[in-house]
Amino acid sequence: MPSSYPEQYFPIVLQIAIAMAIAGAMVAASYLLGKRVRNPVKDSAYESGMVPVGTARERFSVKFYLVAMIFILFDVEVVFLYPWAVVYRDLGLYGFLVMFLFFDLVLWGFYYMWKKGVLDWSEEPPRS
Amino acid sequence: MDFFVLSVLKALVVAGALMTSLAYLQWVERKVIAHIQLRLGPYRVGPHGLLQPLADVIKLATKEGIVPSHVNKPFYLLAPFLAVSLALTSIAVIPFGPEIEAFGVRTYMQLTDINIGVLFLLAISSLSVYAVTFAGWASNNKYSLLGGLRAAAQMISYELPLAIALAGPLLIAGSLSLREIVEAQQGVTLGILPRWMIFQPPAPQIFGFVIFLIAAFAETNRVPFDLPEAENELVAGFHTEYSSLKFASFFMAEYANMITMTAITTTLFLGGWLPLFPAEYGSNFVPSILFALLAAAALYHGLHPARRKDRFSLPVVALLLAAAAALFLIPIVQTFLLPLFWFLAKAGALMFLFIWVRGTMPRFRYDQLMSFAWKFMFPAAAVNLFASALLVALFAR
Repeated sequence: MPSSYPEQYFPIVLQIAIAMAIAGAMVAASYLLGKRVRNPVKDSAYESGMVPVGTARERFSVKFYLVAMIFILFDVEVVFLYPWAVVYRDLGLYGFLVMFLFFDLVLWGFYYMWKKGVLDWSEEPPRS
Repeated sequence: MDFFVLSVLKALVVAGALMTSLAYLQWVERKVIAHIQLRLGPYRVGPHGLLQPLADVIKLATKEGIVPSHVNKPFYLLAPFLAVSLALTSIAVIPFGPEIEAFGVRTYMQLTDINIGVLFLLAISSLSVYAVTFAGWASNNKYSLLGGLRAAAQMISYELPLAIALAGPLLIAGSLSLREIVEAQQGVTLGILPRWMIFQPPAPQIFGFVIFLIAAFAETNRVPFDLPEAENELVAGFHTEYSSLKFASFFMAEYANMITMTAITTTLFLGGWLPLFPAEYGSNFVPSILFALLAAAALYHGLHPARRKDRFSLPVVALLLAAAAALFLIPIVQTFLLPLFWFLAKAGALMFLFIWVRGTMPRFRYDQLMSFAWKFMFPAAAVNLFASALLVALFAR
């Protein structure tokens, strides 16, 4: 059993190196193999054969930002769940109560968000 | 043998096996979907289209690799690179079997067993959202941008139920090391059921398993959650502007993620390499019996051929299957082949489920997808976790 940290993590570094080599080879091979002929039509953005209008650098729905924000909030919370779960058997019922209290506080935020209509993606305007 | 040489050898074997199974997973998927739809699927290149993956690779590699002038070049090239390298990395901590001894070397059937294995898997799988977002944004195409944004929102939304469902097995095993989690699932419960996480008292993770599986479908952008690459609304979404092997690399990443997800599910919920029932009841003979039955069936059909060429080809297949059955009876091979068989059988069954669902289900609507993630999956995963925690606190020894 490899016990030291370098021995434990060497295979991971190795695997990352192999994965990057394969990925790099795939991106490079598409550069090297196959002939390339350019023309203006081939160079334009593909929009089902129509002539593209404007660029894609446009504004998009603010909902995406909201989802990213609430994800960060809850993901941090989930990260707290992991060490708790690992030592849970030693904590017992006390551990359950403490984590339930913590989770409960975040759940009230979740409830508020739900009622505010953050989770509704259909066309109706959000309730105030 | 030197530890570093052994590590390099193991890594090369795993990488080779992974690349082969990636290529053939594509073939299996096309075949299964074809048969669901009463078609034959790939049939021309080699017997039963078995050389089709090779032909596809050659075709894609020799295609014109365009980098359109309107793209943001660094991120455009970074995206497929990131997708593939992240998808192939997480296999490093998956355990395929117990400690074995072969040719005088003792080693684990796992590249490495780190004490934060589950966290590592989660970290790598959450990074893969960058690949899709970069691809969508850098392509400078409206459809790609929409696809990329949708994919990002979907993947982070479903990561929450996935991560919370994952905490259930951790609660019972009390470890983040994947090897220790598998070892915590040894034995029998209720007389007949294996002590896998989905059955293990006091808190069977059967609901956690279902939640994890649904979230895994969404994380890998598979049907019914394939909105980021919806052909008919987004002209393939985030990879519209990619061609040649850069296009193929996104598919490779998707299949590699599928393999990783099924392997994680097997390890955490289905007992990893452990057999369905203990060796005392003869689980060591299951693969042999299975292959022998298949050989008998092939031989029967070879003796009663439907087509002329079957008279020769099917007995050859029968011979190969019989050889496989015999191979599983050799004691020295059994030590590492049996765990591998059970692991691959479970992972393969899950993989078949992935393909089956793709052949059966329609696609979600986007608002349904998001509200399903947040209004059902997230609360359900939380309820499951706290119910399990309560059961463990009250009834665990």
